[in-house]
Amino acid sequence: MFSEFIQLTIAGLAVGSIYALIALGFVLIYTSVNVVNFAQGDFAMIGAYFMVSLVVVLHLPWWLALVLAVVATGLVGALFQLLIFQPVRNRPRNFLPVMIATVGASVFLEQAFLLIYGPIPYQLPPIFKADSVAVFGVHVYPQYIVIIVVTAAMVALLNWFLERTKLGKQLQATAQDPDTARLMGIRVAWMAALTFAISTALGGLAGLLIAPVYTVTATMGSSIALKAFAAAIVGGFGSMKGAIVGGLGIGLIETYGATYISGSYRDAFPFIVLILFLIFRPYGLFGEKVSQKV
Amino acid sequence: MIRSIARFLPFVALLVLIPFLLPGGRLGSYYLTLLILSLSYAVAALGLTVLLGYSGQISLAQAAFFGIGAYTFSVLAVNHHVGYWSAALAAVVVTTGFGLFLGAISLRLASHYLALVTIGFQIITELVLNNWNAMTGGADGISNIPRPSLFGYAINSDHGFYFISVAVLVLASYVVFRLRHSRLGGALFALREDEIAASANGISLFRTKVLAFAVSAALAAMGGILYASGSLYISPNVFNFYQSVSFFAMALVGGQASIVGTTLGAGLITFLPEVLRFLHAYYIAVYGVLVVVVVLFMPEGLYGLLLRGVGAVTTLVLGRREDGRDEVAYLKSDAVPERPVASDRPLLEIRDLAKHFGGIKAVNGVSLTVNRGDVAVLIGPNGSGKTTVLNVLSGIYTATAGSIVYDGKEITNLGPTRINRLGISRTFQNIRLFPELTALENVAVGHYRRGTVGLAGALLSRPRGYREEREAMEKARETLHFLGFVRLDVKAKNLPYGQQRIVEIARAIVSGPELLLLDEPAAGMNHEETEVLSQILYRIHALGVTMLLIEHDMSFVSSVATRAYVMDFGQKISEGSVKQVLSDPAVMKAYLGDDVEYA
Repeated sequence: MFSEFIQLTIAGLAVGSIYALIALGFVLIYTSVNVVNFAQGDFAMIGAYFMVSLVVVLHLPWWLALVLAVVATGLVGALFQLLIFQPVRNRPRNFLPVMIATVGASVFLEQAFLLIYGPIPYQLPPIFKADSVAVFGVHVYPQYIVIIVVTAAMVALLNWFLERTKLGKQLQATAQDPDTARLMGIRVAWMAALTFAISTALGGLAGLLIAPVYTVTATMGSSIALKAFAAAIVGGFGSMKGAIVGGLGIGLIETYGATYISGSYRDAFPFIVLILFLIFRPYGLFGEKVSQKV
Repeated sequence: MIRSIARFLPFVALLVLIPFLLPGGRLGSYYLTLLILSLSYAVAALGLTVLLGYSGQISLAQAAFFGIGAYTFSVLAVNHHVGYWSAALAAVVVTTGFGLFLGAISLRLASHYLALVTIGFQIITELVLNNWNAMTGGADGISNIPRPSLFGYAINSDHGFYFISVAVLVLASYVVFRLRHSRLGGALFALREDEIAASANGISLFRTKVLAFAVSAALAAMGGILYASGSLYISPNVFNFYQSVSFFAMALVGGQASIVGTTLGAGLITFLPEVLRFLHAYYIAVYGVLVVVVVLFMPEGLYGLLLRGVGAVTTLVLGRREDGRDEVAYLKSDAVPERPVASDRPLLEIRDLAKHFGGIKAVNGVSLTVNRGDVAVLIGPNGSGKTTVLNVLSGIYTATAGSIVYDGKEITNLGPTRINRLGISRTFQNIRLFPELTALENVAVGHYRRGTVGLAGALLSRPRGYREEREAMEKARETLHFLGFVRLDVKAKNLPYGQQRIVEIARAIVSGPELLLLDEPAAGMNHEETEVLSQILYRIHALGVTMLLIEHDMSFVSSVATRAYVMDFGQKISEGSVKQVLSDPAVMKAYLGDDVEYA
């Protein structure tokens, strides 16, 4: 009983880590350029496919492939930004057109990868071949541990980058006030590209980490992304802490709910939590209510 | 009005004729099915015309409402054997209920956030449709959905149902058209353009947002019923997030605020896959790219582009029309109108008013009285709390302490809409006109509080509704004329600064307020414009309007004010006639500092 609970908790935290990584991508882009990127989930798919190419086809070592796939996904993300956001970045009220454009781009990306890789799902082997590993005497799937550890390391790295490096400070400055940032000599357009690159790279990492658990298909990103999206709202859209807490929370609730309440409503639990938040706390756990200046 | 409706006739004629232009055989009937679908989409997309185009609220849940309408109708008609029209009515009512719910939540959310929340609602609806097997049939959906009968004739053929769909589209367009031209339409536009200015003009944000959501949901339900009845079968995957995006694309491609444009957009998006069929496997990818290109690079939509093209050609052929670029007919009369003498009956009494923002005491214990017939002026150095007093007074900020009594009634913390309705109107320091509306439309919105006609009145075109609309426009025209302003049909954003001020003042006085609050009306004006402004204020004063204004221009203040109050650091430091307060040592100290030798 207790060991089952530990197993579920680890599985929930692993799935939650995936949501948290993608939610972080949503939040980073939203806070820096004030748009929502609905193709965020597709970058998880792209990361997973890149990993398939590097590991299954080119037989590169797992960790090297991981770094290459994440970087390559980030580059695709920077290109995506160049095409979708740069042309309209100075237009007032660009939120809506950009949002719809990212959905159009999402349709394009899914179709493009379907055409390239074909409709048959790929299976990505996990890094550790063992079926289970004992943690404090409880047997768990090793890939879950990999997911949690890599995600934690990535969050720490991101935090270090944003808080301790000059580039990270520039990124934050640009997010808070692009005009003043430009006056301080920061290349604002570069910062937007960098933000998209980081966000999509996080998405790519999430996709290739979860790929051994699921299978790799062109649409794998969209259902994960919707839950990550719910996680970002629950956490308070715009708060990085909220994205992480929301992601982990949604992962745990989904896993516990599927086991203890109903398996067929597995996908519904995140959204039940979401609707409760919408009604009782629409600004989420860490969101701030902003008042308009007169 | 009749002429505007007549503009739609060619389109209606086209819709009626299309089925007779289709090829025969299987292809023809396939196209007819697609036409019926696009009509159902068009009705739902018209909901977005109201919600997005008119009121500026972003919702990505239109497919959810479309689905709730379709499912409620189908469940009642198929599983419970409810009659066709009763089931349809019930579906519209139920869906509208959900619209009210989402509208009520929306009040608490800023626009971007609202979009995110509507996506949440969309996703939840999809899940319920997929998983509530007992009610919705789960992924299998519902089949054998009936078609209506009219006057005893069962309409089972696709041709017959097509004409029913056209009729519903015409009805929906009429609803949207009437709404747009009614007093509520003005309120929706005001909401889109500037929420604070809207509420300061007596428009309730809550009621207006809820109205927009409810109408939009009702239209989505009507579309959903047409869809269900048209395709005879529904399943959850039709009502997913991507369909919501499709509705959006329809509204954006067609031009967000245009009825005809949205209808054409619905047709275009529905038929686009057919046109792109020659691309085989690539067509969805190309479709995605087209959405990106249209949305990003054609902000007015294809229809807007088309209209502009037609306009350009017309100009080329017929020459440019005179666009009435007259300057303001400046009020230059030597005869100063007779101004009423201030009475000693108080109209506004502020007692110990305080407003703190965290640790900052912007206003800290201010008391002042404005008598009927006064032109009272509030002066003081920058940051002394003058604008904050005005904002608390007009209900935009809530007071930390103190009380405000207006005309014998306690009005502290009533909210801007209620306060406006009591007869207090205002202008803003940074001019808050509705930029995309014309000068005349801006002023007509100011008349909102005088109107009484609601949604039912607007739709059923009771004569009173028409009369009110006409009256608001006439009043607006009269008021602008009274202030010597002639460029009625120029969009507010295209007016020069000084003229924007005049229009904002017109908007504030069109409803005949008793108390007018003006926040730095002469700021940024040149000498001549300031002269005109004093003339204008004299004329308004002569009408018997009491005024409280904030101003820095002392010669202007001296010429218009009957009484002055001076603030510094959140407190009142002096009051009396303008002459008195300007010679008060405390005032000089506030403006010039301690070390000045007073001559």
